[in-house]
Amino acid sequence: MDLLSGELEVEKHVQYILSLEEKKDSLESVAMDYLRMNGAYWGLTTLDLLGKLGTVDRDEVISWVMQCHHESGGFAGNVGHDPHILYTLSAVQVLALFDKLDVLDIDKLSDYISGLQNEDGSFSGDIWGEVDTRFSYIAICCLSLLHQLDKINTEKAVEYIVSCQNLDGGFGCTPGGESHAGQIFCCVGALAITGCLHHINKDLLGWWLCERQVKDGGLNGRPEKLPDVCYSWWVLSSLIMIDRVHWIDKEKLAGFILDCQDKENGGISDRPNDAVDVYHTYFGVAGLSHLEYPGLKAIDPAYALPVDVINKIFFGRK
Amino acid sequence: MHGQPRKPLKPEDDAASIAKAAKLRNLQSQLLHNHHNKIYTKEALEISSKLLELNPEIYTGWNYRKLAVEHNLQVETDPKSIKSIVDEELRLVEIALSRNFKSYGAWHHRKWILSKGFSSFDHEFLLLNKFQKADSRNFHAWNYRRFVAAMKNIPEEEELQYTTDMINNNFSNYSAWHNRSVILSNLLKRKAEGFTSKENVLAEEYDLVHQAVFVDPDDQSGWFYHLWLLEQTVTPDAPMLVSSWPIHDSDMIVSVKSNLDDTLLPTSTRYHSESGTFPLILYFNQPVEGVSSSNVTVDFMFCKEDLLWRPLSTTNSKKSHAWVTYLKFPDKEDNSSKVYPVEVRLGHSHGIVSSSGSDYNFPSRFAFTVSLQCVELETAEGVSGTKMLDWGDDSFQICEALPLDLSPILSLDQLRISKNHEPTALQWLIETMTPEIALFRELLLEIKGCKIGKLTLARLLIAYDAIMTYNIPVEYKKVNTEEVLELFTDLMKLDPTHSSYYKDEHSLVLMEKLISNRKSMSKHCFFYGESSSSNLCNSVCLRLNKLSLSKIGSFEHLLWVEMLDLSHNKLHSIEGLEAMQLLSSLNLGYNRFSSFTALEPLRLLQKLKVLDISYNEIGVHSIDTTRYLCSSPLSHTVEDDSNFNEYARDDMKVADTWEAVMFFRGLQLRQLNMAGNAISDDNFRVLLVKLLPKLKWLDGKAVH
Ligand SMILES: [Zn+2]
Repeated sequence: MDLLSGELEVEKHVQYILSLEEKKDSLESVAMDYLRMNGAYWGLTTLDLLGKLGTVDRDEVISWVMQCHHESGGFAGNVGHDPHILYTLSAVQVLALFDKLDVLDIDKLSDYISGLQNEDGSFSGDIWGEVDTRFSYIAICCLSLLHQLDKINTEKAVEYIVSCQNLDGGFGCTPGGESHAGQIFCCVGALAITGCLHHINKDLLGWWLCERQVKDGGLNGRPEKLPDVCYSWWVLSSLIMIDRVHWIDKEKLAGFILDCQDKENGGISDRPNDAVDVYHTYFGVAGLSHLEYPGLKAIDPAYALPVDVINKIFFGRK
Repeated sequence: MHGQPRKPLKPEDDAASIAKAAKLRNLQSQLLHNHHNKIYTKEALEISSKLLELNPEIYTGWNYRKLAVEHNLQVETDPKSIKSIVDEELRLVEIALSRNFKSYGAWHHRKWILSKGFSSFDHEFLLLNKFQKADSRNFHAWNYRRFVAAMKNIPEEEELQYTTDMINNNFSNYSAWHNRSVILSNLLKRKAEGFTSKENVLAEEYDLVHQAVFVDPDDQSGWFYHLWLLEQTVTPDAPMLVSSWPIHDSDMIVSVKSNLDDTLLPTSTRYHSESGTFPLILYFNQPVEGVSSSNVTVDFMFCKEDLLWRPLSTTNSKKSHAWVTYLKFPDKEDNSSKVYPVEVRLGHSHGIVSSSGSDYNFPSRFAFTVSLQCVELETAEGVSGTKMLDWGDDSFQICEALPLDLSPILSLDQLRISKNHEPTALQWLIETMTPEIALFRELLLEIKGCKIGKLTLARLLIAYDAIMTYNIPVEYKKVNTEEVLELFTDLMKLDPTHSSYYKDEHSLVLMEKLISNRKSMSKHCFFYGESSSSNLCNSVCLRLNKLSLSKIGSFEHLLWVEMLDLSHNKLHSIEGLEAMQLLSSLNLGYNRFSSFTALEPLRLLQKLKVLDISYNEIGVHSIDTTRYLCSSPLSHTVEDDSNFNEYARDDMKVADTWEAVMFFRGLQLRQLNMAGNAISDDNFRVLLVKLLPKLKWLDGKAVH
């Protein structure tokens, strides 16, 4: 990145994330209480990308994560809530950030995930049977991080994902569902991790994805929608995985993300001058990392974890 | 949070929100208490309703209610009471959805309760109409609509009509166009009544989408649908064979190492092989699977056993454009005067299938001859033998100055061996495409700056040229190439945000223009070094350097190439190059390759001896855009025990070197130049020498 329209307020964003813990009683925090596990993943990964994970008390985080562990083997969004695959992946990712995957009962956890695979290869999110390709990605990503991919029928899992592919090259939640950048990320990510990207028409999907970039540089999630910082992640990661990321204007996108910063109080919002939150702060910073913004750690587009964390998992310490 | 303005709260709002937070927290802890203690009384349920009405996203609340329903239904036999239990859930979902109709939990709860079978689906379309009117793009509602339609066994024709209504209501409804494409392809696939003629259906669809794109040419919704229609129109269902190596009607000489002297026939193709083995390559117009000895017959007198066919693909895919098998002379065979015919036939039995599931069904055949010849070791090893290959301009002489007979591209025009479409199908294609092209030319006259109009016109013209070339290869001369190149050049200026996309498309068209006919290709064919004076044909180099290409293609024309210079372009990928099985010398210097994973296709080239990847960007970037397109431990496409550790040292971690190890370990290079890449330091050169035992020259110096 040579030309920058503004600067990333690293210190402010770190302060913003750390301050979220103190605002536990705000309406916003209470409303998001049920998905605190996702919040932890967003916040902590952002800190790691900014090189500031050391400012967090790791033992405290790990002990809280383990309080969300459920006897079924899955993790809940917060203490007292039910387990769900959405929060199980976040829990595993948080533990991976701290190089603490060894605290897990890996057999039990992988049994929980493989137990959610259905006859047709799809995955349910929990015992209540909602099916979605998001859950396919989560199951595959999670098991791969734990070196347990052989616990599921990957061939069927891939077959189901392919059945959700649309005529515009994208993917939906279920067969026939409309293409959506978030859903595309999940399906492309799952196919990437299983070595099956050849099922994708890269040029067709790549063009659909690069057309998500609108005039002001931001990316939207579907045609004729407004741009939003979170799609910087979904669209960019997908484009990187299929080697078509050069089809968008990276500098313009970086400019859009930087324009969405709250330069006074830290944090990043969906669009310029909107209210910030930890979700968009993470996606903004992760997007900038994909754009090779100087000073940020690199993040893996499929596993959504810093590259050094992934290298440790797959190549050991050497 | 989406769409909330960033502003400090006023004090009175602050107080209100603190109160609201307290209320929410209170309700949530009561819910969790009841949930953990399995309390399903009316009062307890009331608390969960209040909570979910305030925040439908609290998934544990919906789970609790499901448990409560199951618990309460167990003891209930009175149909009236059952109905009231179910109705209460439906009511709650409706309120929750009115608050947030993107709530996954609420939509699923509705599906769950209705799937119990105690309530009819009759009300559901009314509800959906209400939500779809409020937000016609809500994909939850569309998904739910498909679910309800399936449960109620609504005919697909009716749902198709619904999309027509939605589209006529607002052309800019991508969701409706999408659903239309889903339903329509189902109807076409199962040849439902009224949908048996693809031609008629597509004609009507073109009419509909023209209205949309002409009403608002800047809206993307209709354009994507138009692209889909175009693909439906021009993509032949059945795959076709478009080229092969050896080519039809050629005479090929396989040279094996020996001390005998030889003379060459000027019109033949030479292939050097120490073992008397030579490849047979088939190239299809789309990736196919299932090529095997049961559907490809090869008549060659020494070929007694079934041939093993292999797809040329860098991934696990069983599909590929290009398939290869090897034919072999028996070891004792050294009769250099004898010429053997080879005949290849395919399309007579099933098994070669495209991605869309269509069978290869054009019976075709091609034939060539082979003979075996023994040549001296030095000559046989050709250009990569005893001297370092020099890619400098001075090493090359243009072929045009030499008798054309010497050129191995002699029979290029005969590459086309596929049978034609049925004439009526071709007629229909021409009749459909011609007015489309005219229409979009007209649109562009009216609205000069319509980017998507230009892009569509370019795609139409490319498709038209491709159809005509496939069908009447000899007579048809591509007439639209210059117009297409101009359209892409315009687009780069008109829409700079996506200029790299147009640049890639431009490169593909340009490359095809340069090599798709013998005359233009010969301008890029050069003899290498002194070999022009000797009669060694396999040192013809195709030089496509300094053309500013950002993407390469048209590999069906290049199967014969053994020496290729692509230096000084803007390439970052060589996807598809794995089809060029004869390649022995390749120059990719001064391009934009940024990782070894981007060079993965080269791992499939068994004959590659000389490689130049100097002055690229390997080691510069923190992201690797081809990591998941190649074999790697991250995508579970290499064995865990790949022994990457073997090459690790204290100052060279596995994570930093595994890609180089993976890439070079499979190659048999004699000459490598990779100077001018960030990764290339002394340590790295030591690793390379270890990985490449046959390496003689590294970065222009002899390896000792
Ligand atoms: Zn967003």
